[in-house]
Amino acid sequence: MARITFIESNGTTHTADINDGTSLMEGATGHNVPGIDADCGGAMTCGTCLVHIDPAWVERTGTRCEHEQQMLEFAGRDGDNARLSCQIIVDATLDGLVVRLPEAQI
Amino acid sequence: MSETPIAKPHVLVIGAGHAGGALVGQLRQFGFAGRITLVGDEPHTPYHRPPLSKAWLKGETTTEKLALKPGSFYEEQHIGLRLGERVQAIEPDAHRVRFDDGTTLDYDWLVLATGARARQLPIPGVGHSNVLSLRNLADAERLRNALKVDRKVVIIGGGYIGLECAATARALGAEVTVVEHAPRLLARVASASIATFLQSEHEAQGVQFRLNTGIDAIEGEHAATAVRLSDGTRLPCDLVILGVGAEPAAELALAAGLACDDGVTVDADCRSSHPDIFAIGDMAKRPIPIYGRPIRLESVPGAGEQARRVAAVLCGREPSAPEVPWFWSDQYDLKLQIVGLIDTDATSVVRGDPASRSFAVFHVKDTRVVCVEAINSPPAFMAGKKLAASGKPVTPSELADSSADLKTIAA
Repeated sequence: MARITFIESNGTTHTADINDGTSLMEGATGHNVPGIDADCGGAMTCGTCLVHIDPAWVERTGTRCEHEQQMLEFAGRDGDNARLSCQIIVDATLDGLVVRLPEAQI
Repeated sequence: MSETPIAKPHVLVIGAGHAGGALVGQLRQFGFAGRITLVGDEPHTPYHRPPLSKAWLKGETTTEKLALKPGSFYEEQHIGLRLGERVQAIEPDAHRVRFDDGTTLDYDWLVLATGARARQLPIPGVGHSNVLSLRNLADAERLRNALKVDRKVVIIGGGYIGLECAATARALGAEVTVVEHAPRLLARVASASIATFLQSEHEAQGVQFRLNTGIDAIEGEHAATAVRLSDGTRLPCDLVILGVGAEPAAELALAAGLACDDGVTVDADCRSSHPDIFAIGDMAKRPIPIYGRPIRLESVPGAGEQARRVAAVLCGREPSAPEVPWFWSDQYDLKLQIVGLIDTDATSVVRGDPASRSFAVFHVKDTRVVCVEAINSPPAFMAGKKLAASGKPVTPSELADSSADLKTIAA
């Protein structure tokens, strides 16, 4: 279990306790965190679950695979530690993670 | 003192599929404080349907994982669920629906999201117990129980559902023949280049194809034992999968007098011909700005976009800009991502080499990208999404030139 804070672009924060083995995207949609549409349900196809990882947490959230890298890069959205949240699997080491939500998804 | 009804409006959503499920969550995200009721005729809360022909069917993911939202979500968000129930009639003037058991429920706004159902074929034997379609979890469970190693499977229809089932059936060790009445696969929904490529991939995996071939009958006493083709061939089978398209489940809307034409006719806000009734998802036929005509989309992203639109309208919010329709399909290790709809008047160019199994077909009409079909090529898909939405002028030759930087072209 990890307690994760999502900060909307307008500053509103949402805190969610997310189970181990669940993706960050599933945790967010399960708690109705606004701004994560996740249309494809985690198939890494849509790019609508983009979040920006707090710099202090970048190492612990891992790196983008090539497919994710290309999606973000060619949408022009690969800056500011952007990640597709469906690709980050939660475990206890992410307890306290802070992510920021973009104003609009890809 | 009586409560002012408009202060606590009731949104009633009929249909607990992707569209209905997305809508109820989105309404709360937008701060809707009224009552929300979601009615569905299946016993499940809304779930992801795309994996039913792929990861779920292969046993790579669980039923629990399919859920759009966890079970606790609906109570936490104060969303009333009426699952396993069916609405029998809508009374638009009374703002009321009537259930099968005779009870009624009043609403202020009604959203229809009853989706589409699998088309049947008017041929003998189509009702046999081992002739299956795939639209929902119950269908998928029947299919999973029937799909075993060495089973002989005949798939009628070379569309996306048919091809995805073919890939999964091969992965499970079944023998697969796909029968398609058109001269090529995916005739309505993909370009010839993509269809040819996918056919050769499937053939390399052992799938047999009978194109340009109709079906005369499905043989067998109670269960299908063979499929008899229009050329006289008889294909012995243990299982038949029907993937011949879907038709909108619009009976309630029709009976209520709403304007319908291959689905419920709605405006850009998904509003039907009755001002307090909306329709979203596979059953709605809605104008799509970049094509300048109404189109009924059968797609998860389309359902999501329409749900967001209706939620914005009901909450008095400025809706987002309309999206270009997009789709995806996974077959074997191939990821097909499509943005836009095939347009036969467009010029098509291939970018990349199909032999590399990573390439894209760009469709350009009057200097505008109207459609991109990308195989294992997220850059082409993402760039295509940007280009189709922006309408930035491009030439087919620059898109075909793999050495030209796609990011610069799309920027």
